[in-house]
Amino acid sequence: MSALTLASQRAARAAGRDIVGDARARAESAAGLNALITLGHDGAPASADGRLAGIPFAHKDLFCTQGLRTTCGSKMLADFVPPYDATIVERLAAAGAVSIGKTNMDEFAMGSSNENSASGPVLNPWDTTRVPGGSSGGSAAIVAANVVAFATGSDTGGSVRQPAAFCGVTGFKPTYGRVSRYGMVAYASSLDQAGVIARSAADCAEVLQVMAGHDPRDATSVDRPVDDYRAALGHGVHGLRIGIARELFSAGVRDAMQATVHAALRELEAAGAVLVDIDLPALPLSIPAYYVIAPAEASSNLARYDGVRYGHRAAEVKGLRDLYSHSRAEGFGTEVKRRILTGTYVLSSGYYDAYYLRAQQVRRLIANDFARAFDDVDLIAGPTTPDVAFKLGEKTADPLAMYAADINTVAVNLAGLPAMSVPAGFIDGLPAGLQLIGRAFDEARLFAAGHALQTRSDWHLALAPGALR
Amino acid sequence: MALETAQLHRLAHLARLDLPVEEEMRLARDLDGLLGLIAQLQDAPVAGLAPMAHPHDVAAALRPDMVTEADRSGALERIAPEMESGLFLVPKVIE
Repeated sequence: MSALTLASQRAARAAGRDIVGDARARAESAAGLNALITLGHDGAPASADGRLAGIPFAHKDLFCTQGLRTTCGSKMLADFVPPYDATIVERLAAAGAVSIGKTNMDEFAMGSSNENSASGPVLNPWDTTRVPGGSSGGSAAIVAANVVAFATGSDTGGSVRQPAAFCGVTGFKPTYGRVSRYGMVAYASSLDQAGVIARSAADCAEVLQVMAGHDPRDATSVDRPVDDYRAALGHGVHGLRIGIARELFSAGVRDAMQATVHAALRELEAAGAVLVDIDLPALPLSIPAYYVIAPAEASSNLARYDGVRYGHRAAEVKGLRDLYSHSRAEGFGTEVKRRILTGTYVLSSGYYDAYYLRAQQVRRLIANDFARAFDDVDLIAGPTTPDVAFKLGEKTADPLAMYAADINTVAVNLAGLPAMSVPAGFIDGLPAGLQLIGRAFDEARLFAAGHALQTRSDWHLALAPGALR
Repeated sequence: MALETAQLHRLAHLARLDLPVEEEMRLARDLDGLLGLIAQLQDAPVAGLAPMAHPHDVAAALRPDMVTEADRSGALERIAPEMESGLFLVPKVIE
């Protein structure tokens, strides 16, 4: 079997194949990757018709699914069965897509390797001694393994784009506010955005068309019309100005990665795009700014897990204070504790101005850099990651090394922009990703560029050694 | 800057997190590293820049002052660890 796409799934369905049954069987066959936490579906049945009628897929395990447990990769929510559906769960079901289960992830979406999951690490189908990336590691791995044609994800600092790059698939992170966050378990509310991982830009466009749009139940969801993404696919890149950001090709980015991504960009140039050198001088500050703002928001969001209303409750406690602190100590993993403590520190009396306020000013500096660049160019490009997928266990002892590898993705979240990672070739047999960044709400142009590249190249269709055939 | 044990205990108290003694050393070391990382912000050229709390500078959405949600207390009670007569049960606060 070649790479699963929406088109191939529709053709199989039209020929009378039970494509949902097939996907469930493939999920069982690929169980060794540990990409799914829960297999199965409950809640609202998928509509029999619609744009994605009958197409099997999987949800990242932080989207609330009524009647089906939603663990967020945490012991804290190991037995949490949500009493409602997330908006995108409703929307995809209404479009006819059939969820076959919930994908593995770093606990509460905090991580870049999927090694922080209470359900254990996910293996990369390209090399099972390597990580699939994170936090949407299960979603990227399950698409790369050819189990389903697409999976949902969420991206707070790169959690859709980085695993897509590591697994050789296409990952799309929309503009902040484009997709409803209602029912998506919160990590850092001013950065979190739901996204999609699929084989191609064209397939991401079709799925995002269903997911995107205003939702009155999410106050940060933006009320503006959704462009016709499918129509945009044919727009091409002729005359499009693409900014090559010097800082995205910085010293920390491996030479082979720089060369591979430059070669992919020359394909876009050959298709008519104009490549322009640009600068994003504040980009190196995005990591420290992110590791103040995201933990600050996380420490506040995760205060809700107290053992009282839902989630894990410690058994042996002496009083109320103990109930809180024991339940949280038992329910959260190490990375989550690190971020809660960091967030508590930067928000505490005496440090707020020096860290939190300062980080918010740096956030403005970074957003201004992008705004200035977009006066001159239509898209910004660079490698999604400094290197290919790293080995399992390689960075677990050194959180700072893990954080530093997110240098090319976190600035996009701080500025709230849309971005996409598309396969751009291989380094020693492992996939490399090209990241394209757009102006706010200019998703259509990203899809056009991604599709233009994918009509001239076939990196996105290459099957991992661990993919089902 | 070195994070003292007393400071770590205070953070753990504020965050309502019990820290096992065997985790303390590692967490203190990790937090130290992180504080070193975020110290880079101190030299950033941000004079006069307004703090950015949110990607879009938009006002909070308003909605009509009408009841729109049905009473779902039953469903919410079913997922609570301990409930009785519509009340969340917690350990005794006053002896």
